[in-house]
Amino acid sequence: MRIQDHTLTLSLSPASAFCLSLSLLFIFIFFQIFLLHFLSGDSLPASLQFPSHTPYLLIGGGTASFAAARSIRARDPGAKVLIVTDEPVPPYMRPPLSKELWFSDDPSVTETLRFKQWNGKERSIYFQPPSFYISAEELDGAENGGVAVLTSKTVVHMDVRGNKIKLDDNTEISYDKCLIATGGVPRSLQVIERAGEEVMKRTTLFRKVSDFKSLDKVSRNIKSITIIGGGFLGSELACALGRRSTECDLEVIQMFPEKGNMGKVLPEYLSNWTTEKVKKEGVKVISEALVKSVVCKDEKLEIQLKDGRLVKTDHIVAAVGLEPNVDLAKSAGLEVDSDFGGFRVNAELQARSNIWVAGDAACFYDIRLGRRRVEHHDHAVVSGRLAGENMTGANKPYWHQSMFWSDLGPDVGYEAIGIVDSSLPTVGVFAKATSKDTPKAATEKSGTGIRSESETEDTAVSPVASPTPAPPAVLQKDEYGKGVIFYLRDKVVVGIILWNVFNRMPVARKIIKDGEQHVDLNEVAKLFNIHDD
Amino acid sequence: MTNKTQRCYILKLVKTEDKQQILTFINGGTDHATPSSAELIEEDPNDPYEERGLIFPSGEINWNCPCLGGMASGPCGTEFKDAFSCFHYSKEEVKGSECLEQFRAMQECMQRYPELYPQEDEKVQEYERSSETKQTSQDSASAETSFLQSL
Repeated sequence: MRIQDHTLTLSLSPASAFCLSLSLLFIFIFFQIFLLHFLSGDSLPASLQFPSHTPYLLIGGGTASFAAARSIRARDPGAKVLIVTDEPVPPYMRPPLSKELWFSDDPSVTETLRFKQWNGKERSIYFQPPSFYISAEELDGAENGGVAVLTSKTVVHMDVRGNKIKLDDNTEISYDKCLIATGGVPRSLQVIERAGEEVMKRTTLFRKVSDFKSLDKVSRNIKSITIIGGGFLGSELACALGRRSTECDLEVIQMFPEKGNMGKVLPEYLSNWTTEKVKKEGVKVISEALVKSVVCKDEKLEIQLKDGRLVKTDHIVAAVGLEPNVDLAKSAGLEVDSDFGGFRVNAELQARSNIWVAGDAACFYDIRLGRRRVEHHDHAVVSGRLAGENMTGANKPYWHQSMFWSDLGPDVGYEAIGIVDSSLPTVGVFAKATSKDTPKAATEKSGTGIRSESETEDTAVSPVASPTPAPPAVLQKDEYGKGVIFYLRDKVVVGIILWNVFNRMPVARKIIKDGEQHVDLNEVAKLFNIHDD
Repeated sequence: MTNKTQRCYILKLVKTEDKQQILTFINGGTDHATPSSAELIEEDPNDPYEERGLIFPSGEINWNCPCLGGMASGPCGTEFKDAFSCFHYSKEEVKGSECLEQFRAMQECMQRYPELYPQEDEKVQEYERSSETKQTSQDSASAETSFLQSL
């Protein structure tokens, strides 16, 4: 059992004189037990653990939390930051789990978790190697502070009045400032929950490193896999597994209620086009599919659709959304948003005094676009950074609009920003593409790997150019070569998709920030200079 | 600047049945030949909400710039800040020449974490070489960049 840092924070108020003598008594007892531990090797009884203290407490060990830790350390010299995560590993980035890691040639990728970016540079999914962090015991005494990560610990209770939390092992930790970045858990389907043990053990809810490892293993040992869900995660996993299906004898099926892949995001013509692309990746797409029931017969799963179709498969991956983790709302007395889910926070990401929320779990007020909750990597970075800034006194609202991206292989990709909902009116402006208009070419040109603009590992300098082969001469035969799609709300552009148009995100961001009613969107499309490259 | 007339686009103008979703195909050479008439609001250089680059309008260093990566926040963050601050505010003829102690401290720290700061020997040598060349205050922006490049 790890020995916690048990330095007492002695209050200066006169009323604590009694507590002081009690504390001294406890110190004495603790010291005796500590000696005993040393001599006998027994672990400390939980009842004699004191509250320990950290100036900055970050609950959750994901992207938002790491971004906040970095922000706090940058702005508060010598800051001591404690991250508490229920995962057994330090913070890592999620996008490669459904993309790059699947394309790796390295047979040990499930162990190394390293991937090759489009520009040929390799990196780990972990934001930083273990040597970046200091241990929790060292945190209090560290002269220049640092970031410590407590892994495999869950915060089960939050006492806002007392500014402290309790872990699942009964340890109490008090804080000055706290960030809640608990993310969420994948939603399941009721039909699967009702279907019993045999079905559930053949179902993967995909989100974490452990899910990637187990799905990789499973996919190598079965004949048929079905992904339920047609959004980002479902489509990316389908494409990744579809590629694999060519190597091994694996049938990949994807089913969803919409008419086409990304049906809730892309306008219909693009959703249809995307669906064809997904099919070309080796996926059997079943659209307009509503699952009625799932049973397990002779080790095989039978999915019954509402329209009568029956799909037989060996394993299911459910990619049907995320349930934000608001477990602490009750004990902490924090507001939960009934429309979007998640903790309700203001434009500065603050829930209550000394408590901020960032990432997937934050339902925040966006000055320009209204109250929303965003589940993308770059948003976790942007909101985590902002929360860290505000925890160190900045008082800035959410203003720099985050972006997101999706690639359907090296030849086609898009970047998007703002509210991208296919139920909104859209205006699309397209032109033919050339071989230079691919995600691969874009990253080679800019020298970056993962295509998030504010990704935490970006540097101001262009990295040493490594010799790269010429991009393949792929000319898009179909019409949606490259273009810009505007999403409108009350004639104002609230969302933009850049389709095979790269390195133009600052222009898109500016247009949304301005929030103007533009008369002719073709004129706005000109701003992207999609013909200059 | 590419020669637009060499691009071979087919001129098409299509509107889908669903009036919600307007779709336009353009001929790059002609449809986008004239500059845009769309108006963008002028940027306020002192907008407190805006994200900033490496140096704030006030001249101070933005330690939270994503461009710095983990430099200011890692285990050698303090040493890095000391060294880079000294360099940034240095008014010496050879910029940063009075900062050698801070740089040594930073180098020593980074050597303790080879995983985080690889090849730091080469890079500090590069810095020392580049600091020997004269740099004027007008070059300070590029001085920062070349400093970071040497890391």
